[in-house]
Amino acid sequence: MSEQVIYDFMGRRRLAAIASIVLLIVAIGSLATKGLVLGLDFTGGTQIEVGYQQAAELTEVRSALEQGGFKNPVVVHFGTESDVLIRLQGQPEAGLSDQVMTVLKVANPAVELRRIEFVGPQIGEELRDDGGLGMLAALAVVMLYVAIRFQYKFSIAAVCALVHDVIITLGFFSLFNVEFDLTVLAAVLAVIGYSLNDTIVVSDRIRENFRLLRVDEASEVINESLTQTLGRTIITSLTTLLVLLALFFIGGELIHNFSIALIVGVVVGTYSSIYVAANILLAMDISREDLMPTEKEGVEFDGLP
Amino acid sequence: MILPKNSIANRRVTSRQPKFFVEGGHGGELPYNAPPLRDKKKRKLMNRYPLWKYLLILLVVIAGFIYALPNRYAPDPAIQLSGQSGSMVMDESLMQQATLALDEAGIAYFGELVNGKSVLIRLRDAEQQLAAKSVVQQALGLDYVVALNLASTTPEWLADLGGTPMKLGLDLSGGVHFLLQVDTASVITTHLDTRLSEAKAAMREARIRYKSASLEDQVLIFTFTKEEWQDQATSLIRKEFRDLLPTESRDGSLFVISATMSSTAVKEKEEYAVSQNITTLRKRVNELGVSEPIVQRQGRDRIIVELPGVQDTAEAKRIIGKTANLEFRLEAKPGQIAGREEFTFRSESERGRLAWLEKKIVISGDSVTNANAGYDENGRAQVDITLDAGGGRSMHYATRSNIKRGLGVLFIESKARLETQRNEAGEEVSVAVPYVEKTIISLATIQSALGVQFRITGLDSPAEASELALLLRAGALAAPMYFVEERTIGPSLGAENISIGVKSVQFGLAIVALFMLVYYRVFGVFANLALGLNLVLLIAAMSLLGATLTLPGIAGIVLTVGMAVDANVLIFSRIREELKNGETIQGAIHSGYDRAFVSIVDANVTTLIVAVILYAVGSGPVQGFAVTLSLGILTSMFTAIMGTRALANLVYGGRNVEKLWI
Repeated sequence: MSEQVIYDFMGRRRLAAIASIVLLIVAIGSLATKGLVLGLDFTGGTQIEVGYQQAAELTEVRSALEQGGFKNPVVVHFGTESDVLIRLQGQPEAGLSDQVMTVLKVANPAVELRRIEFVGPQIGEELRDDGGLGMLAALAVVMLYVAIRFQYKFSIAAVCALVHDVIITLGFFSLFNVEFDLTVLAAVLAVIGYSLNDTIVVSDRIRENFRLLRVDEASEVINESLTQTLGRTIITSLTTLLVLLALFFIGGELIHNFSIALIVGVVVGTYSSIYVAANILLAMDISREDLMPTEKEGVEFDGLP
Repeated sequence: MILPKNSIANRRVTSRQPKFFVEGGHGGELPYNAPPLRDKKKRKLMNRYPLWKYLLILLVVIAGFIYALPNRYAPDPAIQLSGQSGSMVMDESLMQQATLALDEAGIAYFGELVNGKSVLIRLRDAEQQLAAKSVVQQALGLDYVVALNLASTTPEWLADLGGTPMKLGLDLSGGVHFLLQVDTASVITTHLDTRLSEAKAAMREARIRYKSASLEDQVLIFTFTKEEWQDQATSLIRKEFRDLLPTESRDGSLFVISATMSSTAVKEKEEYAVSQNITTLRKRVNELGVSEPIVQRQGRDRIIVELPGVQDTAEAKRIIGKTANLEFRLEAKPGQIAGREEFTFRSESERGRLAWLEKKIVISGDSVTNANAGYDENGRAQVDITLDAGGGRSMHYATRSNIKRGLGVLFIESKARLETQRNEAGEEVSVAVPYVEKTIISLATIQSALGVQFRITGLDSPAEASELALLLRAGALAAPMYFVEERTIGPSLGAENISIGVKSVQFGLAIVALFMLVYYRVFGVFANLALGLNLVLLIAAMSLLGATLTLPGIAGIVLTVGMAVDANVLIFSRIREELKNGETIQGAIHSGYDRAFVSIVDANVTTLIVAVILYAVGSGPVQGFAVTLSLGILTSMFTAIMGTRALANLVYGGRNVEKLWI
């Protein structure tokens, strides 16, 4: 059992790089031309979710609202046939949702209020800024941590992998017109966390093997490290994907898009820790010498009483 | 593409080879490969924890179970009675009145409790909570506040140990969340307006002749024709108007003083306005009768109001949202031109009628200590008002010399309207523009000098009278406010979210546990025990820290379940690898844990960093996600590393093991 096959991951690095670049171009292209379908959290506005006993006729709800004096309400089913989501071009007034309920009750007394969300325009703008800022801050802090714990080449590789994952995940949302709200932003940040986790485990093994193996060829060291961690990478991604699928199917409408973001992110993150991070390390000519200084520090440390 | 078969072990640096770059390597002091023979004895002792480590783990497990336990006890639906004012005594007779009403309505209850300040009655059926509230409210009258409540069923010994269940976020409990923006700029403008008239009076008194005096964009501007007057005015302002910062300048032949408010004075005013508004909101929320409401400042000039379990959201919004204040002003004298303002009337019947009031405010709503709705001799609605001592004095001075003149009551409401504007990028954006609406609710002739107690008559309806009384009683706002965010979750959706959340956690846990069991066998059992314990510890930590559980928070727990096994996967893959490399069983367990440790810590610390940032930028539910994620990372590191190691040591440690089921 001591013989082990080493997969030649880096042999396909060019193919992988092309695939990544194509994906990135598609993602950035879609983000630039179509943009994201921003949810209420970021745009501001009013939305109301109501539940009926039976399947609801959208046209009836819409005409009831229009007769009640609401201009151009957007009325769609939400999750099930009996749930209806209403978006209003709104006056930012607290009483608005009550008027909606009164109007709908007249048309059908069995209607039940499930949820009201009203976000003022300035709040939406602030959340947008904070969200972007948070993402940048996360990337910066992570880069710093990895640079301290590993070495700057690793931190560049890790951050490139993260940016790759975030852009592709956002691109997915843009391309398929999935609504991007605050919980999705949380999911994207969690993707940063997850993908990083993966990348670090791989980098850790690469560092270890550089010190351990009597091989100078960087691509061989990386291949071996990736092979060694492959089992772990697959199993962890699998268990995480399993729970995410559980969330996707039974977690309900409110965290539907949240789970989509994480599922996409985990898949891309797993791929990027193998092909983006390692690829960039190779491209930057990572070598054993790069890893020596950090080790010296460790020795000094060990020497302390 | 596969490389020629290569043995990893063959290419490794073994301890017999030069070790110059192995030494001091991170993590462990042991070499990776089979140790020299002389180490064999030491090996035998390996994989045993000292007793204190087992005890520590046991202690954490016990504490975890104890503090997670309160979440098993579902609270009882209840109603809580308290007095409209704090001085009212709640006693047995009151409780009997209430229970009698419940008996008549056929609502089942139990476990009534009186504690002097309030009465708590538990109900059998949550569906009847609303009915119970209105029945009791009718029986007791409006002097009492009847609130819906959830009574804790946590056993006393647990509560004594500090055990409490997790708080549920609004998306799980149902309720209303408001974010209110305090319009602090208008406070400053109002204050400067007052300062302007005071400064003008002071200059007249000091015989300083100004040419003009005005307020423009929060700057007071005085002009003079002589430099002498400008200098005198500046020193007057410096001496008597300490909150103003005057600067002198020239505009052609005119000598100008422009005075702004000092930044400390502005800050003080803003602080006062926001904290006064919070106090007022708290009073109003209490009038609503909500259990465990949250009224909290957010940032510099915003206030969060959260009312869990509120079902009649319209009522809540009406009372909270009333951003009203009152001002009492004398009617302008006929022929008076300076210092007057024109207002319309508020009531429908008098819409369009206008009246002139003096600019000077006699008292504002802040001075009102009590207000009650009632009827006058002619059966018309009225409000009886009691003022505080200062307010009473001002009212007395103002009215005693002005009998037969009119006294107007101004109702001040702040609203916001959406306006479409173009931003710098040329896009059309909607901007909420706040504005203040001042209307007259009553203009009555002063019959005699008024004091601490007086009344407002001539109101439209009893309903208007009681609403006005409530608003006066609940205090006035120091600054206008308007809504910038509202989130309401209906009670049925909240309950649904809980059951969905519980189901996803159970399902996620089951599927991961099954997978681990199949893949890692005995070590899978260790990992699953650790996973279960991780969940218990996470719940215990959240309960202890008073963290709020939200729907994204539950998603965070599910995600933690999926990711928590990562540490174990890392360790177990490492052990398998070491076994493949020909390591002894004890050695493989030891170095498996040892080698994986650094990777686990690095990976988790970075995720923790991201979670902390998420907490900082997020709000409400997203913060809930960040909290569960970061707590989950911490607890999972404990259970996955120490917990499974203890189990492995207990089962395999210190003895000869033939085969490892991994």
